[in-house]
Amino acid sequence: MSESLSALLYLVAAICFIMALRGLSSPETARGGNIFGIVGMVIAILTTLASPEVVSYWLIVIGIVIGGAVGAYIARQIQMTALPQLVAAFHSLVGLAAVCVAAAAFAAPEAYGIGIRGAIHPASLVEMAIGLTIGAITFTGSIVAFAKLQGLVSGRPLTFAGQHPINLALGILLIALIVLFVMTESSGLFLLLVLLSLAFGFLLIVPIGGADMPVVISMLNSYSGWAACGIGFTLSNSLLIITGALVGSSGAILSYIMCKGMNRSIINVILGGFGTEGGAAPAGAGAGDRLVKSGSAEDAAFILKNAGSVIIVPGYGMAVAQAQHALREMADILKKDGVKVSYAIHPVAGRMPGHMNVLLAEANVPYDEVFELDEINRDFASTDVAFVIGANDVTNPAAKTDPTSPIYGMPILDVERAKTVLFVKRSMASGYAGVENELFYRDNTMMLFGDAKKMCEEIVKALE
Amino acid sequence: MADPASLGQRAGELAGEAGALARNLDALSQQLALSTHQAAHAGTPFVFELTIFALAVFVGYYVVWRVTPALHSPLMSVTNAISSVIIVGALIAAGPFGLGFAKLMGFVAVILAAVNIFGGFIVTQRMLQMFQRKK
Repeated sequence: MSESLSALLYLVAAICFIMALRGLSSPETARGGNIFGIVGMVIAILTTLASPEVVSYWLIVIGIVIGGAVGAYIARQIQMTALPQLVAAFHSLVGLAAVCVAAAAFAAPEAYGIGIRGAIHPASLVEMAIGLTIGAITFTGSIVAFAKLQGLVSGRPLTFAGQHPINLALGILLIALIVLFVMTESSGLFLLLVLLSLAFGFLLIVPIGGADMPVVISMLNSYSGWAACGIGFTLSNSLLIITGALVGSSGAILSYIMCKGMNRSIINVILGGFGTEGGAAPAGAGAGDRLVKSGSAEDAAFILKNAGSVIIVPGYGMAVAQAQHALREMADILKKDGVKVSYAIHPVAGRMPGHMNVLLAEANVPYDEVFELDEINRDFASTDVAFVIGANDVTNPAAKTDPTSPIYGMPILDVERAKTVLFVKRSMASGYAGVENELFYRDNTMMLFGDAKKMCEEIVKALE
Repeated sequence: MADPASLGQRAGELAGEAGALARNLDALSQQLALSTHQAAHAGTPFVFELTIFALAVFVGYYVVWRVTPALHSPLMSVTNAISSVIIVGALIAAGPFGLGFAKLMGFVAVILAAVNIFGGFIVTQRMLQMFQRKK
């Protein structure tokens, strides 16, 4: 296949990828978009296979069959609640693949037309080193994120003395190594660069706590794009550059949206350590002896049945308890009784962007009953019942009223404006931010202690 | 000495020489143009790539802001799938005859990218299937 024909086909593939993202602007067009993505990928692979550099196919076929079978199996088996860790694991693979391709390009530069062994073009070396570094950081960073999300290690931030100076020194060392590597083209330095980048990725994510994972995953999503981009520059492949840039900017935007949802800067999240104070109750609250009104499933059923409108606020606790199906059953009964039911989703609810939306969709909740914070926040004032299930910090009015609170300034769902607030929670423990929720002690709040799924099932029984 | 015939001959010769010179100049300028043209192609592929990169970042920026927040999870998994287009680099490494370090690296990268491509697109499809309009 001639070079210009393959360049043309790569362009077609790139446009397909853009259409894939474009399709996600509405649920109706999204599935078509995914088809575009698949078509683009097939075009890209076939075009490369037809290029004169590729002459031996058996190893490639074996690789695709093995990888494809594993990928397809995992994707079919995975539970929707485990989606965040799956995505983290997938990111790590992109990072590792980038490292492998960089190593291949370093060992056999002739195949890519970037010079010969020992005399690779300096520009290609720079690009290779950058792609390699980002790829390796993505790899270990994603593995740490995966381990935290999967519960293999504690989700608590791991901090130690001198953490930030060490990371800073490591970062500077990496840059110096890249310069040195470009000047000498030494294999030893290549290896050192890989190892140090791997360590850097690990150290970078370790101090970041579980509930900051939406930002971390988006960030790693972005990194995996930039790594692909770096490799694209190295190989002078426009398709890789375009795709990497698309993915990189997508991840960056998601990180920005998540940070805004928590009113924190990206630097603050990266530095980590948030949520370590744990249980340090704010002064003046005197939480110990304050009265909390708690109720049973029957009480909740009675209140819900007599309400005209209910807004459900799901959080990570719902995902952990797998309560989405029971919750939807409850909502169905209420709707049959003429109660208006809608759902309010906070941008950082769950462990990845859009996590709650997927779980509700999985439970067959129609997506036009599900609203984002900006769309629904005003409706709480005219709502009879706010049903908070597995969420805490995102409803805490302290974010609006208490300037000393760690979550001050974070946009929250105004559930306290509803006539009655029902809180499904396992215990009185404070949320991730370690902040007491003032809402629990209000007169119009009723706590429903128990597992979210069991509570929903009991309410369903009581309603029937 | 100044007979008109020889003078005319001389003038004719001069004109011929001037013509040749002009042709030379033309060829020279053509050569010059060609060589700068080549230089423009050989010397700045990086700028060309950077142009593509910058434009793609802008396209990505505008397209992604239009994605509805409800579909941010599928966005993440589909971007994950398409970033595995890094497989094109892996295929070239795994493509030559014989066995070597580069080919081995290419093989590993093909497997990793293939896991991602199949896994990413299938899981995205599964998610989007749930976002059908319910009756």
